[in-house]
Amino acid sequence: MNLLEVENLKVSYGGIQALKGISLSIAQGELVTLIGSNGAGKTTTLKALAGLLHPVSGKVHYQEKSLLPVLAHQRVMNGIALVPEGRGIFARLTVEENLLMGAYIRHDKTGIATDLARQFELFPRLAERRAQLAGTLSGGEQQMVAMARALMSCPTLLMLDEPSMGLAPLMVEKIFETIRNISAQGMTILLVEQNAKLALEAAQRGYVLESGTITLSGAAGDLLGSDAVQRAYLGA
Amino acid sequence: MDILLQQIINGLVQGSVYALVALGYTMVYGILGLINFAHGEVVMIGAMIALTVLKALLAAAFAPVLAVLLSLLAAMAVCMALGYSIERIAYRPLRNAPRLAPLITAIGVSIVLQNLAMMIWGREYHSFPLPFTSVSHQFGGAIVNDVQIGIVIVALVIMLGLMWLVHRTRMGRAMRAVAENPAASVLMGVDNNRVISFTFMLGSALAAIAGFMVSANYGIVHYYMGFMLGLKAFTAAVLGGIGNLRGAMLGGVLLGLIESLGAGYIGDLTGGFLGSNYQDVFAFFVLIAVLIFRPSGLLGEKLAERA
Repeated sequence: MNLLEVENLKVSYGGIQALKGISLSIAQGELVTLIGSNGAGKTTTLKALAGLLHPVSGKVHYQEKSLLPVLAHQRVMNGIALVPEGRGIFARLTVEENLLMGAYIRHDKTGIATDLARQFELFPRLAERRAQLAGTLSGGEQQMVAMARALMSCPTLLMLDEPSMGLAPLMVEKIFETIRNISAQGMTILLVEQNAKLALEAAQRGYVLESGTITLSGAAGDLLGSDAVQRAYLGA
Repeated sequence: MDILLQQIINGLVQGSVYALVALGYTMVYGILGLINFAHGEVVMIGAMIALTVLKALLAAAFAPVLAVLLSLLAAMAVCMALGYSIERIAYRPLRNAPRLAPLITAIGVSIVLQNLAMMIWGREYHSFPLPFTSVSHQFGGAIVNDVQIGIVIVALVIMLGLMWLVHRTRMGRAMRAVAENPAASVLMGVDNNRVISFTFMLGSALAAIAGFMVSANYGIVHYYMGFMLGLKAFTAAVLGGIGNLRGAMLGGVLLGLIESLGAGYIGDLTGGFLGSNYQDVFAFFVLIAVLIFRPSGLLGEKLAERA
């Protein structure tokens, strides 16, 4: 059974159609990537799934129920977490406070404390900086904060928007290693990336989005080897 | 120099009230980027409700302490409902409107509340029936009474409590998160509207307490009392750095002191040409000076990008 099922989703911004009817699905435990160039509609897709944008038409089923009537802030309670493009950290809150904001919907104090410790284990760098204002961290560290914060909500579906954006190569490597780790522990992940090679290497399946339409989909390995993807995104 | 200590005491008392009201301005500004010019009227409504309830309870022969407490609680409850309604009815529909629209609406709300109060309570000055005598104490050549001591202590306790709430609780964290990045707080599952409503109610509760304090201190309640008090508290918030809680507290106390010392010494400084009735000039002199020389205020980190 698929965790998420999107059918013919259309989203417009003030008259301009950003998504022209896309369909995709994600099974429990999968790491699926959505690749495509700038302006293809990748971020729009994630925003629509997070409830930040309202689709013109189409269906979004999550755990076999329609997600469309659910407000953005309530979707977190349903287990959907988005790490937004540009990270969206709270710069004037400390690292620890950022993570606690991630657990805002939870009320189990001991569970929150356990998960906080777990995040600091997953991101030792953040443990050292827990009392520091998040705005003073490097870009890579801020990406870690954003990811750890999303994990604090105990999501069922984790959506990552361009986690490698603006990061040094070494840090990109680190972030992707973490994504693979989280995935290996059974988390369902929808990864949006411009770095198609890295994304396809990490993912099991992929979709290629071009100007609001899905043009290719399939096993990540096949996409990585396909001529179209090679030409368009990998510069071969 | 014998009036120095007295003026400092007066300034601290008045400054405590300014600080409580300034906190309401600064919290709303911090979270919405909106200057809620109706906030001064909420203080006035708080004073009016306290007056009415206190009179009724005393007439019903309630114990003085109980009557004071209940009237204060009633004022807080009414003001919280009022603050909630103002945001819900007047500001929320304009959340995404151009900046000028909510500002003009705020002035409109202020006028509506003033006139509403005038219709209910009339144009006359009401005397505030404090049910006990506020004993005066000699203190190093100056005089300070029970009400004044109470005002400073209560204001201090409230400010400490507010800092605890904002920095140590889940709701306070959410307030800071919404203020800084409302798009991201939604992704944390925060209902931004709920947090904004809470902020308005919190500020209005402080306004009610401030309204009670002013009335108890001066013994007079009037439908127009919120206007000048609101403007001065706004000045205090700007002085401290609007959007900054510590700034509002510091700005409030400083403004109280500046006014009080200014009024105390202006006669001497101008050779009797200007008298203490020029007291109100100082607040606005401060406002203009801050806007020219340090627009981000004393504790403001940076210029507000949305002003």
